[in-house]
Amino acid sequence: MKPEDYSERTLELAGWPVRIVSYRLGKTYHAKADNVSPGATIARAQAADKEEAEAQVLAKAEERLAATRRMG
Amino acid sequence: MGDYAHPEILVGADWVAEHAGDDSVRVVEVDVDTGSYDEGHIPGAVGWAWDSELCDTVRRDIVPQAAFEKLMSDSGIANDTTVVFYGDNNNWFAAWAFWQLKIYGHADARLMNGGRAKWLAEGRELTTEAPAVAPADYNAAEPDFSIRAFLPQVAESVSNSAVELVDVRSPAEFSGEILSPPGLPETCQRGGHIPGAGNIPWGKACNPDGTFKSYDELKALYGDAGITGTKPIVAYCRIGERSSHSWVVLKYLLGYENVTNYDGSWTEWGNLVGAAVARGA
Repeated sequence: MKPEDYSERTLELAGWPVRIVSYRLGKTYHAKADNVSPGATIARAQAADKEEAEAQVLAKAEERLAATRRMG
Repeated sequence: MGDYAHPEILVGADWVAEHAGDDSVRVVEVDVDTGSYDEGHIPGAVGWAWDSELCDTVRRDIVPQAAFEKLMSDSGIANDTTVVFYGDNNNWFAAWAFWQLKIYGHADARLMNGGRAKWLAEGRELTTEAPAVAPADYNAAEPDFSIRAFLPQVAESVSNSAVELVDVRSPAEFSGEILSPPGLPETCQRGGHIPGAGNIPWGKACNPDGTFKSYDELKALYGDAGITGTKPIVAYCRIGERSSHSWVVLKYLLGYENVTNYDGSWTEWGNLVGAAVARGA
């Protein structure tokens, strides 16, 4: 199988830049969110369609990013 | 692979596609996100988990020699096998694995330039089937710690200004604004950096597609920040994987002779009682 419908975009979530990568493998869409700098994966999700996979990964990523403290 | 000092340590995706099935080659995927291999990997590749197979699972350390030999053997890797690593995040933990293979004296270790992301973006073949692997005989060399920095050496070198110290974390981690990369657990008591360190985030060594920048660009990147190799170079990050990536750049692409990876990194220094800490850019 080959990854299809590969896409990558960057947005801001909970005050932090986030990169969302998604693609289809077989019948499943995979989505991942990373924190851009340094680029660590902070959430991943799988679903039957792209919108659902990305919605799930955005929700997980937002929850984790919101817990990041900025020190005074 | 351009004018790199050791271009032989890099292979492209085309090379991997052509040689992944060769008896003398073993492709190994090592990811930050350990679930990625099962999701789909390069046909013929085995997967290693950085958090259980490339470390001592009891004390904080690299993989012990006996466990390393077993990992190599179980992966069908003999002493003369060409091992090609690739992984997510532009090969962070692939570089970590590469560094450990060099500690244990493996001769022919390489990285697939661009890592997993480039393979995916190019729509190349993936499989969820793990390859059938026949165990191989493997004997590791005694660990070569000339490429690894430990806390006492770093502390002494810093106090003597005897090294060129490179912090490869993000500017926000370096300055002390945050204690961990956004979205990840905090693993230190204090934020900031080791006094005297320069900040050259690991990702600056990469092109947008994940491949390494050219020799000239890398030389300028480090040189402009005062990293010239006139003194021994020590790279560190948070836990040692991002600095493995930078270590590969400095040691193999730029060819600086004396480069070490301080894998204790900020999770060690930033938790030390009484250690000097610098804040700000």
